[in-house]
Amino acid sequence: MAKIIRKEKLAPAVTRMIVEAEHIARERKPGQFIILQVHDDGERIPLTIADADEAAGTITIIFQVVGRTTHMLDALEEGAEIAHLVGPLGQPTHIEKFGHVVCVGGGIGAAPLFPIAQGMRHAGNRLTVILGARNSNLLILEDDMRELADELMICTDDGSAGRKALVTEQLAECCKKNPPPDLVVAIGPPIMMKFCAETTRPFNVPTVVSLNTIMIDGTGMCGGCRVTVGGQTKFVCVDGPEFDGHQVDFDNMMRRLAAYRGDEQKDHDRCHLELQISEKEGA
Amino acid sequence: MSMDHKTPEDFQKEAVELHTEYMPRKDALSPRERLGIPPQEMPAQDPVARRANFNEVATGYSAEQAQVEALRCLQCKNRPCVEGCPVRIDIPGFIQAIADGDYAQAIAIIKRNSMLPAICGRVCPQETQCQEPCTVGKALKDSSKGVAIGRLERFVADWEREQNRIKPPEVAPETGKKVAVIGSGPASLTVAADVRRAGHTVTLMEAFHKPGGVLVYGIPEFRLPKSIVQVEIDTLKAMGVEIRTNFVVGRSRQLKDLLEQDGYDAVFVGTGAGLPKFMNIDGENLIGVFSANEYLTRVNLMKAYDRDNADTPVMRSHKVAVLGGGNVAMDAARTAVRLGAEKVTIVYRRTEKEMPARVEEVEHAKEEGIEFRLLQNAKRILGTDDGRVRSLECLLYELGEPDSSGRRRPVEIPDSEFELDVDTVIVAIGNDSNPLIQQTTPEMEFNRWGNIVVNEDGATSMQRVFAGGDIVLGAATVILAMGQGRQAAAAINRMLATA
Ligand SMILES: Cc1cc2nc3c(=O)[nH]c(=O)nc-3n(C[C@H](O)[C@H](O)[C@H](O)COP(=O)(O)OP(=O)(O)OC[C@H]3O[C@@H](n4cnc5c(N)ncnc54)[C@H](O)[C@@H]3O)c2cc1C
Ligand code: SF4
Ligand code: FES
Repeated sequence: MAKIIRKEKLAPAVTRMIVEAEHIARERKPGQFIILQVHDDGERIPLTIADADEAAGTITIIFQVVGRTTHMLDALEEGAEIAHLVGPLGQPTHIEKFGHVVCVGGGIGAAPLFPIAQGMRHAGNRLTVILGARNSNLLILEDDMRELADELMICTDDGSAGRKALVTEQLAECCKKNPPPDLVVAIGPPIMMKFCAETTRPFNVPTVVSLNTIMIDGTGMCGGCRVTVGGQTKFVCVDGPEFDGHQVDFDNMMRRLAAYRGDEQKDHDRCHLELQISEKEGA
Repeated sequence: MSMDHKTPEDFQKEAVELHTEYMPRKDALSPRERLGIPPQEMPAQDPVARRANFNEVATGYSAEQAQVEALRCLQCKNRPCVEGCPVRIDIPGFIQAIADGDYAQAIAIIKRNSMLPAICGRVCPQETQCQEPCTVGKALKDSSKGVAIGRLERFVADWEREQNRIKPPEVAPETGKKVAVIGSGPASLTVAADVRRAGHTVTLMEAFHKPGGVLVYGIPEFRLPKSIVQVEIDTLKAMGVEIRTNFVVGRSRQLKDLLEQDGYDAVFVGTGAGLPKFMNIDGENLIGVFSANEYLTRVNLMKAYDRDNADTPVMRSHKVAVLGGGNVAMDAARTAVRLGAEKVTIVYRRTEKEMPARVEEVEHAKEEGIEFRLLQNAKRILGTDDGRVRSLECLLYELGEPDSSGRRRPVEIPDSEFELDVDTVIVAIGNDSNPLIQQTTPEMEFNRWGNIVVNEDGATSMQRVFAGGDIVLGAATVILAMGQGRQAAAAINRMLATA
């Protein structure tokens, strides 16, 4: 059981929660994630640890309301409890002084990116952050990143905030500079990570991506999270979640992510139905 | 209903007649007469009906069946069955108690050596352990006609549970010593009980949200009802064992820290063999290819069989190929049948004789309509344009020269490729050891297969750390895991008594 201490809306479909999880707060390192279940038999979903407060014994999670489980999670209020929370899982980010690090966050990807950017900054790197979103409403952690980064660039698809551009355009400009960045960390929707990796490839800039696949146990037991990296099968939950973006087979990964999409759509509809019903009951 | 299926009522009718005939003279029966008593078969759900449900298949002996079967035992002086039992249960002793109608005594005898009889009675490979050398089978020149020791074990264990006679073992006065038990499979459950009994404080730490290990996430309900495992967990709780779920040692806490910072006086590692092997063939990452672990965990632990209510989905498969020939393969194939697949095929590269699965599971799988393709092996998996499984390309095999172990090695027949039309492939070719503890505990010695190296007490190379079960043995069995747990617990108790 993990109690929700604070809950706030960051954007229309994006929620931040601060949750009691003493040992996770103590042990976690940037790049690691948790798996949670909203109720006892609920689906297990991975979420990156966006921040932690060791003294208070809490961690921060940020999620987009997309499927059945995130809907149910979003329906929980402060003081309520998440049935199961396990972590920290995965390998921590490899943090050291690389020189100039460019962190690219697409949409909700800004959340997992934040602790990594923080770690990179604290290790003495020059930090450039590129945040992208469909529109200004969906932009999150802008202020936190501004405070952290040496340079912050914002782009939106519709130009409602920052430049009207894709993050890859900004990233390409960074790569063209002399010297190019020493490292790029790109986290966001798979399609964005794929194109970020394609953008940096001709410049030979090492590019780390963080993969958010379907998971069950999160300890290497099921192989449901497997991806192809450099022609080899890797388990995201134990070998990752971060991999060399130039080696990841994103097309296969995206297909595997969509494996249950038909079911999820049905779930999504059912979920809305159920929530409405419970609203009526409550009234 | 299938035509030739005998119902429990049919078996019961026969058993009652035999019971009336033999029981009055039970102590005066000659060996020859005992050998003449027909072996009692295990009643089972009708094969057609059970294809559509997850209820237990083997429904268990009636009291009359159990006693008739017990009368078949010759009470051999040399006790070959005990030699065959990995934990050396006094088999003729408990069988005699059943014949005498003293079931409480029978279960007490078993429990001297085994913690989990209701489970082992159901899942042990008796035909290669205690039943294999049974004199009755030898005399009848058919080892499958030996005394049905496992079924008798199950009978008394079920009797005890159904009569609500299970009492938590007595716990000695608190010693103030603390022991961490990592994992909650059969090895860990045994250690927790035995160490707690000596009065030590025990915390069981499990990565999943439910304790039980493979017994709950792997072995399906139709073979081992989850309520039976739950009874064992409840007993531990009643003894005062603390169960900490959602706790991954190596991640939530380092093993070393348990000893150095959290005040544990000893640690037992029973983390199992949870690392699924894949074939490393083309197409293995297509949609519709699963490890058996994933498939079974979705269905068992996450309850995906209940499609209308479960949050966790499972693929709607029509034609399924399962690769492998062990219990895991049978469990996956039989689960696929129950989830509605129209055709399920086992692909195994040796012959039925070499299949490591329990004979009963193979028989049940055949009765349920699963097709066996023996001496065949997967070569690659072919996909559709949108990345889903379309078919499985296989090769024919034949048995070649015997290898160093004397087993004839399967060798592929060149150019024998053919395609099986399937939409799902389940890989069930075994498990390696889960590397998490190894990766995070450099102080501990592992062998080159990733198994923890232990001495005869289960002690590892790390002071005050013990290990047992699949993490030591490689993927093995419930009874061996339990046996190793027993030994390690005894060593932990000895160490803590003197420390
Ligand atoms: C599908 C299937 C069918 C089987 N059928 C049979 C059968 O019919 N008969 C038979 O005898 N055997 C069978 N086996 C094998 C048998 O289940 C195992 O040999 C036995 O369960 C091993 O017990 P164990 O205690 O070593 O570990 P497991 O039962 O594997 O339990 C290990 C537990 O440790 C947990 N864990 C792992 N790492 C950590 C960590 N770092 N921190 C905390 N917890 C952790 C795991 O989540 C798991 O719950 C089967 C196995 C499978 C998979
Ligand atoms: S070997 Fe068979 S007949 Fe002999 S004591 Fe054991 S169970 Fe009975
Ligand atoms: S989630 Fe099961 S192996 Fe990664």
